[in-house]
Amino acid sequence: MGKRIINFKLNGVDRDEYVMDNMTMVDFLRKQMHLTGTKRGCEEGECGACTILVDGRAVTSCMMLAVEADGHEIVTIEGLKKDGVLHPLQREFIDKWALQCGFCTPGMIMSAVSLLNENPHPTEEEIREGISGNLCRCTGYVKIVEAIDSAAKIMAKEVAK
Amino acid sequence: MALPAFDYVKAASLEEASRLAKEKGDKAILMAGGTDVILLIHGKVVPADTVIDIKGIPGMDEIKYVPGEGMHIGALVKLFDIQNSDIVKEKMPALSDGARSVASPQIRRKGTMIGNICNASPSADTASILVAMNAVVKVYNVDGEKEIPIDEFFKGVKKTALQPGDVVTEVFVPELQKNEGSAYFKHSVRKAMDLAIIGVGAKIKMDGNKIADARVCMGGVGTTPLRAKNAEAILIGKELTEDLLEEAGTAASQECSPISDVRASAEYRTDMVRVYTKRAVRKAVETMA
Repeated sequence: MGKRIINFKLNGVDRDEYVMDNMTMVDFLRKQMHLTGTKRGCEEGECGACTILVDGRAVTSCMMLAVEADGHEIVTIEGLKKDGVLHPLQREFIDKWALQCGFCTPGMIMSAVSLLNENPHPTEEEIREGISGNLCRCTGYVKIVEAIDSAAKIMAKEVAK
Repeated sequence: MALPAFDYVKAASLEEASRLAKEKGDKAILMAGGTDVILLIHGKVVPADTVIDIKGIPGMDEIKYVPGEGMHIGALVKLFDIQNSDIVKEKMPALSDGARSVASPQIRRKGTMIGNICNASPSADTASILVAMNAVVKVYNVDGEKEIPIDEFFKGVKKTALQPGDVVTEVFVPELQKNEGSAYFKHSVRKAMDLAIIGVGAKIKMDGNKIADARVCMGGVGTTPLRAKNAEAILIGKELTEDLLEEAGTAASQECSPISDVRASAEYRTDMVRVYTKRAVRKAVETMA
């Protein structure tokens, strides 16, 4: 069975890692890189718990082979904090009580980061579409939508400064 | 998940991908976005021991619009980029709607439209609209290139006209003329991450008040996307009225053979084909270029 060395950027750091051809990205992150913030849920691309950023765009890491990371930039939930300060989305998820059990939260936040990269001023409908690939069984989504809306406004103010 | 063992090959050229795929036959599977391929391997639906990634092959990652001709969509263009493409939204909004209907934003950012049709699920969202719009599938093979009309592309559940060594390089969608319009509707329980209960794509050509030509394609109601040929025949040559739409919708519902499953009963699907055929034809006419 094939294996190879891949070169990629993980949460801002250049990496060379040895990977098996048949390893999925979510398993690689959790088992090999010990980054367990990315959750393994349905393992068939349905639930969004394993969402990460590849070149700034949210994808489900269970539907990705680790070898596909070669030459790309990967960001996980662990990579959002800057200089010890939480990302506005992380801060707003806490302040707006946008989580209960927390299992969907990392994936939900990564989808929201991608959405705000693409569309810094989303409407409520656009927020809901942006997280439509992330299932939450606790909150009913209302607080999550509020948190993303609030973070978008805070981030827009920071950009304006 | 522990995937079954396989070798991963990142092909640098069409020739390399085609040659290896041909040599390996059904032991190899081509991968672009991989969002269906990984599922197929995980579920052991395909016995592949070799995954050939085509993402390293140059020249297939663009949407190219040629005025007077149509839209060339490369094999590596992601569904998300078709959904959001300004030129697609302007010239072929129904194609943008079809792309947007697939799965979730995360899957659409990785998965491709060509992968969606090569996977040949009977309910594939982009299949019905591409059939309605009379697309052409362009194929490379070391033995020679070919073009497959979309009407001849789908052969059954997960079966296409593609032969070992065939690599789809692009889909070409003919331009809509001034008197032509198209539309796609998906009917599903959830808005995202759900297969269509049914889907209907339509392309209508008008001549004054009368319908000059019609292509209607139904998804999720047979083993392949299915042309509603009786409904088309009813529409052609007539003036668009509510009665005519009802007649065409009823005809479409009688020429499909859906199954009952967890999403819906056969009876419900049949009736929804009637409803959505009417909506798709009406919207196609309303959105005329």
